[in-house]
Amino acid sequence: MIIENSDLILSVKDLQTQVDGTPILKGVNLEVRAGEIHAIMGPNGSGKSTFSKVLAGHPAYSVTGGEVVFQGTNILEMEAEERARSGVFLAFQYPLEVPGVSNLDFLRVAYNSHRKAKGLPEVDTFDFDDLVMEKLEVVKMNSSFLERSVNEGFSGGEKKRNEILQMAILEPKLAILDETDSGLDIDALKIVSNGVNQLTNAENATIMITHYQRLLDYIVPDFVHVMAQGRIIKSGGKELALELESRGYDWVLEEALGVGV
Amino acid sequence: MSASVKTLVNQPYKYGFVTDIETDTIPRGLNEEVIRLISDKKQEPEFMLEFRLRAYRQWLKMTEPIWAHVNYPPINYQDIVYYSAPKQKKAKLNSLEEVDPTLLETFEKLGISLSEQKRLANVAVDAIFDSVSVATTFKEKLAEDGVIFCSISEALREHPELVKKYLGSVVPIGDNYFAALNSAVFSDGSFVYIPKGVKCPMELSTYFRINSGDTGQFERTLIVAEESSYVSYLEGCTAPMYDSNQLHAAVVELVALDNAEIKYSTVQNWYAGDENGKGGIYNFVTKRGLCQGVNSKISWTQVETGSAITWKYPSCVLIGDNSIGEFYSVALTNNRQQADTGTKMIHVGKNTRSTIISKGISAGKSSNSYRGLVKINPSAKGARNYSQCDSMLIGDNAQANTFPYIQVQNNTGKVEHEASTSKIGEDQLFLFAQRGISAEDAVSMMISGFCKDVFNQLPMEFAVEADKLLSLKLEGSVG
Repeated sequence: MIIENSDLILSVKDLQTQVDGTPILKGVNLEVRAGEIHAIMGPNGSGKSTFSKVLAGHPAYSVTGGEVVFQGTNILEMEAEERARSGVFLAFQYPLEVPGVSNLDFLRVAYNSHRKAKGLPEVDTFDFDDLVMEKLEVVKMNSSFLERSVNEGFSGGEKKRNEILQMAILEPKLAILDETDSGLDIDALKIVSNGVNQLTNAENATIMITHYQRLLDYIVPDFVHVMAQGRIIKSGGKELALELESRGYDWVLEEALGVGV
Repeated sequence: MSASVKTLVNQPYKYGFVTDIETDTIPRGLNEEVIRLISDKKQEPEFMLEFRLRAYRQWLKMTEPIWAHVNYPPINYQDIVYYSAPKQKKAKLNSLEEVDPTLLETFEKLGISLSEQKRLANVAVDAIFDSVSVATTFKEKLAEDGVIFCSISEALREHPELVKKYLGSVVPIGDNYFAALNSAVFSDGSFVYIPKGVKCPMELSTYFRINSGDTGQFERTLIVAEESSYVSYLEGCTAPMYDSNQLHAAVVELVALDNAEIKYSTVQNWYAGDENGKGGIYNFVTKRGLCQGVNSKISWTQVETGSAITWKYPSCVLIGDNSIGEFYSVALTNNRQQADTGTKMIHVGKNTRSTIISKGISAGKSSNSYRGLVKINPSAKGARNYSQCDSMLIGDNAQANTFPYIQVQNNTGKVEHEASTSKIGEDQLFLFAQRGISAEDAVSMMISGFCKDVFNQLPMEFAVEADKLLSLKLEGSVG
């Protein structure tokens, strides 16, 4: 939802990054305010996933210019775990399996790390169990998932639901969903979208990275941005996504960059 | 911040101190005179000297094995001191109070209290310092049940017939190069005898401490479990930090008769050398258990974290029908450590069963190999084996290898083998970091999870220790 004069949660200015010496992001600008849902679309290789990882502080990407201010703090100097504890959440495109570590333990340690960072006492296993049971509802997950190792043997849909469960527990200020819709059948897509919709409110913000309009039918964005060649080249309202769906990206590229593809 | 998982750096080794104590040390080198001297110092019966000399003559004809996946410069066996013992005021100690306080302090510092009042009430300890056993706790209490727990030197004096009957019966003197060397020069070790029908009332443990810089440690442990008896035994090991390498070539023999069970656990934390591979213990050990009786069971659990080089294959020979052999192992290598470790399960009796769970963790520039043999003899009708060998790599410069050998000589045997390789790399750590979990906690959670099946087999107090030890070994290791 767009709220007049709501707090600025994220401000990205002229962000530039490299991987192994190759420039990927070439000056990204973006402002996200509390309550808003932003969708970032764009052709393959445009830098969308890189952008999400850079915001979350993945160590493989080196920032060569620009700034990222999250709730008034430049987070580029912060380690990934500090960014996470301060409220930046990334739902992974390909959630990794972690054999031997139970999902429940993982969730509890993650939750307590956030509590500690806020100066709150850690919760014990009993209180945490109660909390998890309640959150499982958000993504309609069965408690048997908690005893299994993190993502091990999960189907594609279960892995994505598990990401949203983590989001439900950690209650981030800024959630970045990296192609959360990829690999989901229509039922799973509904469950995941429904989960995200339950978690968005006037205090937090969401950035969705996606290739498909389909997701945006379920999670309706306030803004749609097109990323290409490491920049956001066009921004608009939710109707932009529909236009992209019917016309493709070529016209945007031509309009913004003056190139034909 | 670009390159991710940095070279692993060990926490300082906290057992690396040297005890300053006057010792009775014989000159370097090995010959028949040295062997006679050792035997004489220990006031051994004549059969023991003959055993040693036969082993020595056998050893001279043998060559050092080179098949293991490890590299080290040639060992000069004439440059090793084969006997070094702290000087005691009396030849035979009557009680713990007579042990040199410096020695008691040393073990105290290692977390091994030899004072019976302070000990965990359910663990008896035999403490071995360089070549000799300095104290054994709870001997009298154990004797009430007929359990013999003492140093092997004492057993040779007090129970020569038992030692004579079983010594070398599981690991013959010429079994392999290091076993032959051990048989010739072993200086001390533990002896355990559990009489028929007795369930040993407490955990037994031996703590091995190498102190001297140029002394080899050659202990010999012999455990005999009579019919329907049970014992759980644990060994721990540490050594000071020296720039040179020390040789540790032990032999452990276990004998389980009808319906008997022996559970043998090891937490090995010998000095591993520095990050460039200088110094550390060469741990060349032969451990074998004989399930001689029907329905007998021998279970090896090992947590190997130390030593510059580990060469060790705790094995079970399953003779008795329905006997069971188990091997649970966690081997962690870091920096330049090399480990070639695994097990042998030799099925001879009918319906014998064996389980192998091996977890190798390789960090730094280390090399970690699992080597195992499962052999189902023609006589072993209905024998079964299940093996699982998992490797975990931390960082990009470590090596993991698996060499499983399977020989099945009858068509009723069933052998299963599973293997996996996983990695703690940048992406795994980023996943944890993105959820607010520090790299240290992430590694510790992943390692504990990886090792769970093995730690569950350790006696409870030691499982906690082992978990802490692994975390400590990897602390500061990823960044």
